[in-house]
Amino acid sequence: MARLTEIEPRRQAATQEGGVGRIVMALLALSVTLVALWLGFIFLRDYQNTAPKIVTTIVAIIWGVGGVAALFFSANFLIEQFSDTVKSFLRPLIFVGPAVLLLGWFLFLPVLRTLYFSFFNNDSTQFVGMENYIFAFTDRGMLESFRNNVLWMIFGTAGCVIFGLMVAVLADRSKFENLAKALIFMPMAISFVGASVIWRFVYYYSPPGEPQIGLLNAIVTGLGGQPQAWTSLLQPWNNLFLVVIMIWLQTGFAMVIFSSAIKGIPTDILEASRVDGATEFQVFFRIMIPAIQSTIITVTTTIIIFSLKIFDVVIVMTGGQYGTHVIATQFYRQLFTNLDNGKGSAVAIVLLLAVMPVVIYNVRQLSKQEGFR
Amino acid sequence: MSATAMSARAASKRRQELVGALFVNIMLALICLLWTIPTFGLLVSSFRDRDAITSSGWWTIFPHQEFIKASTISLPRTTAMDQPITIPELGVTVTDAQLQAGTPLPDGRSIKWESRRQRTIAVSTKQWTSNTNFTLDNYSSVLTGKTRNPDGTIQSDAGTDFSGPFLNSVAVAIPATVIPILIAAFAAYGFAWMRFPGRKILFTIIVALLVVPLQLALVPILRDYVGLKINGTFLAVWLAHTGFGLPLATYLLYNYISELPREILESAFIDGATPFTIFTRLILPLSAPALAAFAIFQFLWVWNDYLVALIFIGATPNVQVLTMLLANMVGTRGQDWHLLTAGAFISMLLPLVVFFSLQRFFVRGLMAGSVKG
Repeated sequence: MARLTEIEPRRQAATQEGGVGRIVMALLALSVTLVALWLGFIFLRDYQNTAPKIVTTIVAIIWGVGGVAALFFSANFLIEQFSDTVKSFLRPLIFVGPAVLLLGWFLFLPVLRTLYFSFFNNDSTQFVGMENYIFAFTDRGMLESFRNNVLWMIFGTAGCVIFGLMVAVLADRSKFENLAKALIFMPMAISFVGASVIWRFVYYYSPPGEPQIGLLNAIVTGLGGQPQAWTSLLQPWNNLFLVVIMIWLQTGFAMVIFSSAIKGIPTDILEASRVDGATEFQVFFRIMIPAIQSTIITVTTTIIIFSLKIFDVVIVMTGGQYGTHVIATQFYRQLFTNLDNGKGSAVAIVLLLAVMPVVIYNVRQLSKQEGFR
Repeated sequence: MSATAMSARAASKRRQELVGALFVNIMLALICLLWTIPTFGLLVSSFRDRDAITSSGWWTIFPHQEFIKASTISLPRTTAMDQPITIPELGVTVTDAQLQAGTPLPDGRSIKWESRRQRTIAVSTKQWTSNTNFTLDNYSSVLTGKTRNPDGTIQSDAGTDFSGPFLNSVAVAIPATVIPILIAAFAAYGFAWMRFPGRKILFTIIVALLVVPLQLALVPILRDYVGLKINGTFLAVWLAHTGFGLPLATYLLYNYISELPREILESAFIDGATPFTIFTRLILPLSAPALAAFAIFQFLWVWNDYLVALIFIGATPNVQVLTMLLANMVGTRGQDWHLLTAGAFISMLLPLVVFFSLQRFFVRGLMAGSVKG
């Protein structure tokens, strides 16, 4: 306490001493930052087609990263010049304000605006009531997309969870744990577009008699079968060949989380049950699974949400043809192919409805959290 | 119990463990193989030349048995095609159809028309071989947009140059990673250590927005961008990625920053530090692990993103990122595997490097809860 009283007067003196002059200076600093940012923006906008690519890349990075940092610094410098009461009012604005503004602009308001658009016609000039929703829930293409999303959800999620659990348990007992986990996890670093190229190559079809360069058809013809166009002609099972790509990409995620949950199970419980004569399968199903139940639920939920929003794989592999459309590709089609804002928005709201239970669950969990009051 | 019986039991138990370990490792190896082969096939193919990729499977780089032409037999030009053809050199009689498809001889060799018009027959013997002609041509093609034809001419292919989009991806991904981290860190600190009206409701909204599909935001934001004339600029993409990444970033960093020991912050306050200096000097360094975890997560997300790029820079070829170019090439040049394979690997290069060097942090980021909209 003794130190506090010492410091306070000095700080006040500094503030009074600075006075109006320092506020003007701080305002100047803020305006210089803003002007510099504006000039950078103009440069990037006007010269991005003419200046050498490497120059615009570097300028863009410096401008973007440095600009945000400079804004924070100069804004803070400005508010530090005011009296303590003003400061304590302005500070949260500087710290939390930018995030709240951006979230408001990019997520919160858009949800409301999309909801609004969904009741209007294709160019949002005429109120059409529930028409877009009637379309979304009765159109044949939409119903097919719902069916496909259910396929993605069931098979994709089951595949990720089962393989993830299997690898996590196996790797836990192997000397090659790290290597195996890195290999399974690696696809997480690959884009869906990249993964689609990889798998198009696996599924590639050449007419019978020609050399099969796709691995799957080479195996099938090697075993005496006929080559198949896996992703187009075998409807509706072609969807499952696309789901394989998601399983391949996301199993790593499930595995990592399961792996750490399994390591969290107290070893004495496992040892005790083994001493009592439980087989490894009993240990797995009777002890491990119940012990990591909540983790399994979390991972399953995350992957279900993921599968609901699946887009890239379908658009790159088939473009939604051959009965492979999903909700997210229907959204894109309505919006950019049919140029129908209303229907596109309604389809997006359908997606929101699908994840709504999770939103509610998350908010409930937060209000239960002790630390947050 | 006698000592021999006990040691026999120990030996049998050890043998059981050994068999168990073997089973575990074999299963694990099989799954890892299954997971790695698709990528490996693409990687190998990217180093094979154009004709080799389309005429034989990538697995032919491994030693295998193949019919290789050993000699040529010329038949009289007048040989009739509509009757069985006798080949005196080999002492066999075959039909035209058999020669067209290729037919085995009793001694293991195989015969096939080399030129039906010239009446020449190729006699092949089965030999061990491997196609190991590797080349870097595919990579030089996709990095320059120019392909060297077998006859030596240089062919320039529009829309196959990956060097520009590579730089664009860098220019998009770095700021789109740093900006949300900076903004989210400020906000997380504000939510954790400042008291202001509306704090709880704002944070609840952020948690609710965690799983909102970003499709909801695309229509309204696109309208705003068109209105502001920033559609197709880096700024537009950064802002979008920032907005969509903020809920997760704020939530993760809040969880971390709010757990920092109170005493450190209080003693800094008492020493007269402003919240801003505390934030830059104390909070940022202390939360480095959480920042790194989210940074890797966001970097991979932005680098691999296709949808956001497609919508907000879709029409501007100069700002095109890697995933867009690759996806376009799948559509327009789906047969040009020499370009697709090399291009796909160029697009994966940086994320794979980031991923393998910083895997530890990435795993930690995933663990902290990764439900993203």
